[in-house]
Amino acid sequence: MLRFLVTRVMSGLVVLLLVCLFTYLVFFALSPDPAVQICGKNCTPEVIDQIRGNLGLDQPFSTQFFLFVVGIFAGRTYGEGASAVDCAAPCLGYSFQSSQAVWDMIVQRLPVSATIAIGAAVLWLLAGVVGGLLSAVKEGTFLDRFTTGLTLTSMSIPNYVLALVLQYVLVVQLQWLPFPQAVAFADDPVQWFLNFVMPWIVLAIGYAAAYTRLTRANVLDVLRENYVRTAYAKGLPQSLIWRRHALRPALTPVVTIFGMDFAGLLGGALITETVFGINGVGKMAADSIARNDQPVIMGVTLLAGFLVVVGNIVVDVVYSAIDPRVRVNA
Amino acid sequence: MTTESSVKNDTDALLEVRDLTVTFQTPRGPLDAVRSLDLDLEPGGALGIVGESGSGKSMTSLAIMGLQPRAARRTGSVRLRGRELVGMSEADLRRVRGDRIAMVFQDPLSSLNPYYTVGLQIEEAYRAHRPGVTRRAARKVAIAALERVRIRDAARRVHHYPHQFSGGMRQRVMIAMALSMEPELLIADEPTTALDVTVQAQILDLLQEIRRETGTGLVLITHDLAVVSEITDHIVVMKDGVCVERGPVEQIFTRPQHPYTQALLDAVPRIDDEIGELRAVAPGAVVADAVAEKNGGAA
Amino acid sequence: MMPSQTDLTAGTVAQSGGAGGTWRALRHDVGAMLGLGYIALVTLVAVFAPVLTSISGWTPYEFDQSAIDPDLGGMPIGAWGGMGAEHWLGVEPGSGRDIFARIVYGARVSMSIALSATALTTVLGVSLGLVAGYFGGRVDLVVSRVMDFLMAFPALIFMIAVLSALPASNRSGLLVVVISVFGWPYLARIVRGQTMSLAQREFVEAARAAGASGTRIVFREILPNLRSTIIVMATLAVPGYIGTEAGLSFLGVGVVPPAPSWGQMIAASVKWYAVDPAYFVVPGVCLFLLVLSFTVLGDRLRAVVDAQEGR
Repeated sequence: MLRFLVTRVMSGLVVLLLVCLFTYLVFFALSPDPAVQICGKNCTPEVIDQIRGNLGLDQPFSTQFFLFVVGIFAGRTYGEGASAVDCAAPCLGYSFQSSQAVWDMIVQRLPVSATIAIGAAVLWLLAGVVGGLLSAVKEGTFLDRFTTGLTLTSMSIPNYVLALVLQYVLVVQLQWLPFPQAVAFADDPVQWFLNFVMPWIVLAIGYAAAYTRLTRANVLDVLRENYVRTAYAKGLPQSLIWRRHALRPALTPVVTIFGMDFAGLLGGALITETVFGINGVGKMAADSIARNDQPVIMGVTLLAGFLVVVGNIVVDVVYSAIDPRVRVNA
Repeated sequence: MTTESSVKNDTDALLEVRDLTVTFQTPRGPLDAVRSLDLDLEPGGALGIVGESGSGKSMTSLAIMGLQPRAARRTGSVRLRGRELVGMSEADLRRVRGDRIAMVFQDPLSSLNPYYTVGLQIEEAYRAHRPGVTRRAARKVAIAALERVRIRDAARRVHHYPHQFSGGMRQRVMIAMALSMEPELLIADEPTTALDVTVQAQILDLLQEIRRETGTGLVLITHDLAVVSEITDHIVVMKDGVCVERGPVEQIFTRPQHPYTQALLDAVPRIDDEIGELRAVAPGAVVADAVAEKNGGAA
Repeated sequence: MMPSQTDLTAGTVAQSGGAGGTWRALRHDVGAMLGLGYIALVTLVAVFAPVLTSISGWTPYEFDQSAIDPDLGGMPIGAWGGMGAEHWLGVEPGSGRDIFARIVYGARVSMSIALSATALTTVLGVSLGLVAGYFGGRVDLVVSRVMDFLMAFPALIFMIAVLSALPASNRSGLLVVVISVFGWPYLARIVRGQTMSLAQREFVEAARAAGASGTRIVFREILPNLRSTIIVMATLAVPGYIGTEAGLSFLGVGVVPPAPSWGQMIAASVKWYAVDPAYFVVPGVCLFLLVLSFTVLGDRLRAVVDAQEGR
């Protein structure tokens, strides 16, 4: 088990390093000179040179990249002498726009993205698993066909379209929900909850549809397994067959996929956050892209890659706990 | 139809199948996987059902227990000790399954749930049929059952998962599971087909020995006449869902009446090529093949 | 009663396999036929866009100041966003551009990008999946690692970042490339798995014994057997790419204005949806129906193919 973990963590680090290198390379090649950007108006060549020196932009690519990676693990110092700035580990650099440390910006916005991700995950897991089970139990009935139609429809609505429809219907026309505004949970829990209802639904609906289909297909597959036939031949009660012999094998793949999807979302729901104007990591990514704020884009990309890699490892560990066949082989 | 295996007295018979028919509704009209089949087995007796894949023999075994697929309709009569199973409520059938009739399937690996220990899979059946039995008592039954099928170190092995057993050992687990309830009738559907030749012999010996010790009736379903000849006394030969010949083992082997039986006998020494051989001799099994293929490994 | 382990219906359908059988099974499916009908409609509209706009009388780039009310901040004059004989689907608030013309030309963008991306993804995914699955060993290792890497990569953020950093010329081609680069592993993974199991089958062994070369086996023996899988996967990929293109355009990094795109129209309608919902509804419904049509068609196609393969 330990060896398995170490191998997984090592290969995860390699993937992250590659993500880092790839992103860095692309921006190094594509971006306009950040020094000019930071300098703004009233700029002189001397100031630009100084900024370049402080940020290490005058170094060759390999050195810049090396310093960046070292900064993440050990921190780094920008500039020299009196103007030196210490950037503690994990150092992802500073925003060209706001001069804030990228790490601090992420830490500040991560809870918001997590709130959206967790709420949506609860919704889609409930809807997906329950819907899939019902659909499978009632295979071929009206309920099953209705559910299938509903999932296909839900999968086909782009989430920004759904966001606008919901906003128009629930906020503008029916006025059931207030216009979304930033409210802390402690100040007004009800308002806080109402703010998040729409993002949760918008984010959850596509996943809920996919999970319904997955669960239904898995349950139907498992019911065709020989061991389920054995369970019937043993004279087990129907409820026990369902609960013990069908459910666990059918839901195991759902756990795997859930881990990946959830990890992917923790790093920010870009479109949903942008549409609803929620100040999470996703919106920060969109904003930084719009302003070509390279260190922030790097930070967000790395964060997302990191979460996916960690999610992968967690899923493998959980999977080996659920499936005895994997447990022994690992 | 002469039946030397037919019983002296109806109430005496362990299993009495009359006119058993399993019908599928297909887009091209109804299709009989089993048609008008009669079977008789006295207590403690052993009956072999022989036929190539697609002959309807596996469907017969499932239909006896009322486990035919949803899409199929079962008609006729299946009596266990005089009690009619066709038309019995699902709840009553459940009490018969596992407790009075137990089954052993062809592929032990896929027939055991990979997610649970073999101990749990034996215990759950026992507890389902003996309400109020404690977990500990059921565990003892499971260990005893594993010991009876000669699995060494049974007290430790109950905690193992199916994939931790070899093929032959898995089939022993299946047999242990079937025997734990001390059923009156054991239906073994190709119990040795998925196993190595040497292991096959061991499993057959085990079945024979258990039958002698416990007096359990046995219905052995196979495509392999050599297997049947070893442990059964009567044979029913099936083709395309219909019984083409029946009789005591010696009679079938020495004086086969039907050309199909002759073909089966000719194929005995050449086990590997058997199916191909049979195709050449007895063509026209296309319809039954459709049934067999969809029936998966069990056919 | 036991759930059906013996689905005889599927078994008999299996005998009527092949493309003809697929079509016969699909023809009786209302959903699939409706989807196909809408896809055909959009395709025709896209192909004949110039003809259609010459009939309707407005190009997608013409401003019509007479159709909007400058006193109301550029709101279209008339109900339903200015729909009527002059502008069939109304006009854009603020500019008065004809929505029908923009939808028609937007269909061109949507379809051409999604179909090109699907074609490129399929070529990449199938060839790399075949190579990795058939040759195995080091080739497989490299391809599999690249796939793992691309699937762990935060693709959306990266796509947006790259697209926003790159110059705006030929954005469509760039969109196709970027979408395909991150899209092919999902197809390749499945092709690889199926190739691995097909490579063990008798007919491949036979071809190998007869001295056929690796390339010949891959293209003549294995590829034909993957046909239905590839068709189903490609059909199911199209709606995803339509959505991705629209999404990227919605976020402002897709097709460059003034070229019309449905996603871009929806993005522009955000400011107006409370007062002029028609402006949002028209592209929203067009986009939703197109994605739905491909999804339903792909879903039914897969069901038919699965039944034929006797799953």
